[in-house]
Amino acid sequence: MIYVMCLALFVVGLYGICCKKNLIKIILGFIIMDYAVNLFIILIGYRKNGIAPILDKTMDVNKFALSSVDPMPQAIVLTAIVIGLAVTALMVAVCVRIYERYGTFDITKIRKLKG
Amino acid sequence: MNDEKNISSGMSEVVKTVCNIVEGFIFVFGCYIVLYGQLSPGGGFAGGVILAAVFILIMLAFGKERVLKIMPRKRGAFIEALGALSFLAVAWAGLYVSGIFFKNFIPTTAASHFKLMSGGTILIYNIAIALKVMAGLFLVFFVLSITRVILEGDKLKMVKKQ
Amino acid sequence: MTEAMIFFLMGLMILGSIIALESKDLLSSVIAIGAVGFMLSVIFLLLRAPDIAIVQVVIEILTLIILIRVTISRDIHIIGDTREFLPFALNMVLLVIFFIIAAEAIRNMPAFGTGVSKVAFPYLSRGLNDTGSANIVTSVILDYRAYDTLGEATVLFTALIGAITILRREAKK
Repeated sequence: MIYVMCLALFVVGLYGICCKKNLIKIILGFIIMDYAVNLFIILIGYRKNGIAPILDKTMDVNKFALSSVDPMPQAIVLTAIVIGLAVTALMVAVCVRIYERYGTFDITKIRKLKG
Repeated sequence: MNDEKNISSGMSEVVKTVCNIVEGFIFVFGCYIVLYGQLSPGGGFAGGVILAAVFILIMLAFGKERVLKIMPRKRGAFIEALGALSFLAVAWAGLYVSGIFFKNFIPTTAASHFKLMSGGTILIYNIAIALKVMAGLFLVFFVLSITRVILEGDKLKMVKKQ
Repeated sequence: MTEAMIFFLMGLMILGSIIALESKDLLSSVIAIGAVGFMLSVIFLLLRAPDIAIVQVVIEILTLIILIRVTISRDIHIIGDTREFLPFALNMVLLVIFFIIAAEAIRNMPAFGTGVSKVAFPYLSRGLNDTGSANIVTSVILDYRAYDTLGEATVLFTALIGAITILRREAKK
């Protein structure tokens, strides 16, 4: 059920990409999809009543290994978040170029001016 | 138009004073996050972004002249390349010492666990990634914020603000 | 308790995303996105991922600064959504079909809270002795799976170089 909520968030982002005309709104839709995918991967690795995957001096290693959450999805998402910011910056740069060429963020007007 | 004036001269006196007090603490906190990445939450990515945020804070509060004094664009590019190349160099050193790429060749003993030097090469990787992320994010923000689209005659033109 | 909190915050996230997409004013859309990102960071904290929560908070602040500083002051006039009925309805139908099919696919996954992968156990039990790092996430990204991080650094470098190159005033000879 909690996965379906996450999927709903993804679909909201997809709706922004499909149906919006403003380029900035399309970027916002992309960011929302990014959030949804990251959250989904972290949700998969959760263990009920688990603890964070960071050892302490007083902990027993074997007991820790049986009660901690999965570190693999966290390691993957950690890099994915930083890449998301770089990709957002790249898209904003493309948008600035488009605005310089056409003077608007409206994609239907950009399409009309092309031909 | 008010916006234009704010960029060249920075923000108000209150913001500048608070920024003067706070910027050093944020920088030290970023360094702490980077160096203790193998013992507590954090690491090269989080610490690097915090360090980049320090420079962005200075740029927003004081204008770009002051931040260019601390980090010119050439130095930013140099630091980014230094981070990437030192990351690769440590990986090659593992290949040279023990025959495996990315080998953790500094030995770790049980006595050194939970201390700063416990991670072997992990500490060096963390510092390299932090340098790279810091310089890269600062450079891209700098380039994005100095470009302006203005109306020249009847054509739009992109200019770099001087 | 944790699950109820996560449900509540995810409901707020969906609401905030819809507000961000439907709002007429661009500035309020960007602020709504910021709220969504901070709620996501709280969810990461509840899911026992403090590393991710720290990164998400800082990245969210930078995303907000970039979006506000670069785009908002540029386009003041509002772009209305005068959409024709037929393409919009077609889009909505496709989105609903996508949602139903994906929900069917998700039903076959292991239940929430039980899907820990097999590779997690050796990482967790041997991580401290192999790498000497108490934070297992750091030992995974910088020792066991350092190739991932190398590829990630390459992608980051390429994206930043691309942004800087696109914004250069004229092409170099």
